[in-house]
Amino acid sequence: MSKTNDRGGARIKQQIIPIVIVAVLFGLSFLTRTGSALRPSYYVVLFVSILNYIVLAVSWNIFSGPSGYISLSTAAFFGLGIYVSALLGEKLPVPLLMIVAGVISFAIAAIIGVITLRLRGVYFTIFTFGLVLLLQYFILWYEVKFNNLRGRTVMAVPYNTVFICLLILAGIVLIAAYYVKRSRFGMALTGIGECEDAAAHIGVNTTMVKVIAFAATSFAIGASGAAKATTMIYIDPPIAFNVMMSFMPVLMVIFGGAGSFLGPIIGAIVFTLLQEQLTTKWPKWYMIIFGVVMIISIVFLPKGLVGSFGEMVGKRKKLLLIAATAVFMVVGFIFTKLLAAAGTNIGGLVFPLLFGIIGFVIFANVLKRGKEAA
Amino acid sequence: MSIMEGTGVSISFGGLKAVSDVKFNVEEGEILGLIGPNGAGKSTFFNLLSGALTMDSGTVYFCGKKISGLKPNQICHLGLGRTFQAAKNFPGMVVYQNVMMGALFGKKGRSAAEAAKITDEVLDFVGLTELKDKNVTDIPLSAQKQLEVARALATRPKLLLLDEVMAGLNPTEVEDAMKLITRIRDSGITVIMIEHVMRAIMTICDRIIVLHHGAKIAEGTPDEISTSRTVIEIYLGES
Amino acid sequence: MTTVLNIIITGLIMGGIYALISMGLSLQYGVAKILNVSHGEFIMIAAMLTWVFVNRGIHPLLALVLCCPLTFIIGFLLHITIFRWLNINSGTAAAYESNAMLLCFGLYFIFSNIAMQIWGSNPVGYQFLNRSVAFAGTVTAINKIVVLIIAVAVSILFYLFLTYSRLGKSIRAASQDPVAAGMLGMNIKMIMAICFGIGAMLAGIAGTLISMYSQVDTGMGMGYTMIALIVVVLGGMGSIPGSMIGGLILGFVGSIFGYIEPSLSMVAYYLIILVLLLVKPKGLMGR
Repeated sequence: MSKTNDRGGARIKQQIIPIVIVAVLFGLSFLTRTGSALRPSYYVVLFVSILNYIVLAVSWNIFSGPSGYISLSTAAFFGLGIYVSALLGEKLPVPLLMIVAGVISFAIAAIIGVITLRLRGVYFTIFTFGLVLLLQYFILWYEVKFNNLRGRTVMAVPYNTVFICLLILAGIVLIAAYYVKRSRFGMALTGIGECEDAAAHIGVNTTMVKVIAFAATSFAIGASGAAKATTMIYIDPPIAFNVMMSFMPVLMVIFGGAGSFLGPIIGAIVFTLLQEQLTTKWPKWYMIIFGVVMIISIVFLPKGLVGSFGEMVGKRKKLLLIAATAVFMVVGFIFTKLLAAAGTNIGGLVFPLLFGIIGFVIFANVLKRGKEAA
Repeated sequence: MSIMEGTGVSISFGGLKAVSDVKFNVEEGEILGLIGPNGAGKSTFFNLLSGALTMDSGTVYFCGKKISGLKPNQICHLGLGRTFQAAKNFPGMVVYQNVMMGALFGKKGRSAAEAAKITDEVLDFVGLTELKDKNVTDIPLSAQKQLEVARALATRPKLLLLDEVMAGLNPTEVEDAMKLITRIRDSGITVIMIEHVMRAIMTICDRIIVLHHGAKIAEGTPDEISTSRTVIEIYLGES
Repeated sequence: MTTVLNIIITGLIMGGIYALISMGLSLQYGVAKILNVSHGEFIMIAAMLTWVFVNRGIHPLLALVLCCPLTFIIGFLLHITIFRWLNINSGTAAAYESNAMLLCFGLYFIFSNIAMQIWGSNPVGYQFLNRSVAFAGTVTAINKIVVLIIAVAVSILFYLFLTYSRLGKSIRAASQDPVAAGMLGMNIKMIMAICFGIGAMLAGIAGTLISMYSQVDTGMGMGYTMIALIVVVLGGMGSIPGSMIGGLILGFVGSIFGYIEPSLSMVAYYLIILVLLLVKPKGLMGR
């Protein structure tokens, strides 16, 4: 009887979370009023980046999270989206560009998926990574040889428009992620990730499930690329097919917590903020810090922020972890102020975030050990 | 009436014939034993029947439909369930969810409510109800073997392939497993089982097929097999 | 005719280097279960260090000898620290494998960017045996011939080491059945760390050799990593003879494309792999 109660509770919750998502995104849409079409506010510009990464990270997590097939093809479909905007930007409005880019990405992902998703583990990963380089080299060769140009300009679109388009796309992706995880399709993906042989022999059409998930998430990635491209002005193959776009979503998801709903969102927000501030104020160190945080997350936070937090037994430990992280962030904030006083100006959020990460990692591991000892 | 028939079933790995030219039939409602020394190709034979491997040549008919060349999920949907020699389960899910997976995907168009009902029935049938909320990594070996059987049963098969479900069990647990297999047959499911526990094979099987170096060398009732000179020679010769 | 001969010579030299790089990667994956996508960075580090050494008046061949222990130690230390921590924190073997690969991407970012901070991103080079020999109408630089000889010699030595030496036999045993090898009293952790070190060292040797005949830069690593990965997929993961054959095949393909359309060689490599995996999913020599 308690089971029926649980199910009823779950059903209410199933309605609430999508409503919360829509409400939050609707609230965000008012940010457009903080600036004009010609002079977008800083928040709109920032949120275009954040929403873009949320789309990429959450999409990546829909397929690779449960299935365990680590895809590094994000940059390939993102780049395809960028090129769709570069080629058709003057002819089509942004929503149509996104749909065209999405359809092309879906088709290519489906073909690639049919071929490569038979491969297990690292083979698949290498293939998807190769796809990014393949498209980059091929398009560069084609452009130089047949069009005698290296890069292209992209028709600029007001930031507010791009912001609203990405807001809607992010909403769709988030709601899809939420429902897929609870659907039969999501269970099939999880089954594939946990034991593909067993899944196949109880009737899961593993190839079909993998290809559909891979292609559908690639649709969203391509659409996101088309929208983001309109803010880039100039693009060329190395910019469009930047391998970093493949790694950022992976890092965001691993850092936030693969398989959880909130994890990729938190990861996307934290790393967009870090990226924004580091690339403007400290570009030399950005990639190195990126690598270090990536290694620390993989080695010491195998379950990510959300997963590690969930591992803490009891309210006391959870509160302790939050408090410790907050203290570290405050120290980072003071550190920034001291540096500023000494004349070195670093983006205001870099040290609080980095210190917060360090604090969380240390305390999450210490508190976990404590549990094992007890 | 035979539920499954096969002729010329063969596969080789790098020139080595793992299963060669096996002709067999399975009668509806029987328990068919598959024995043979280690490396005789028994598990490979199961993998061919269930579609995990594709046979080089030969055809297999199941309930009148040709299944050789189909994918595992298609064969499963036609009503063939199987277990794995080394238990293959979903480690991130609890026992209940593991069985639920079989019920959800075993047949097309099965509703969640139906699947939940089947899951409860199957858990009760194999005797795992008490452990249903446990992590699969936390349950004893005998329960893991039962779980393998339960997940296969949840697909509601007509024919069940059991690959060494008694390996590593103590005498009491073997006794329970024997009873379980007999009950599965009595519920109307045909069973093919690979087993090394001779006592179990000889007691519950209606018929036995002996494989050696991938080829079928003998077939008959337990009495015939236990007195067959060739079979005795192979087993004594190997040990 | 001359063109064909030229293609063969270039193919042999590229193939020799590719084989060397891929053997290292294959060893690291086959034994230590780490698909080292920062492999090319070890090549780059050795190449840049050689350039630094030569500028200080050290002979390139002596630099080769110096770079071997350096790259070995970097690889070995990495394995006994972060990879071992990762192994402790990873639940399953499959999880370790994919996490280790992602970790190597992290190493790639760190190594390539630190190198760029130190040495900038412009190509650098030095003169070494910069004379040519003519043979049947073709002209080949002596340094390339020396590089080919060293690459072949190292490959053969490495193969002999794996086949006949005590440590080599342990390595092969560990790659086939780590649990059984552990029960036979082998220190599996140590063997894995040594393998990772040797893999890094082979990359280092290749890096020094590359610097002997062409210009090098801090961004060169990823290209070689991709080549090594393709060769290893081609030859079958963990198969050393497969790496040698795959390396030669890729060398010849690269050499042919060098004449037709150099900028498409990477595209050609990728398509070869795509077709191969359709036909033979485990690679040419895969088990």
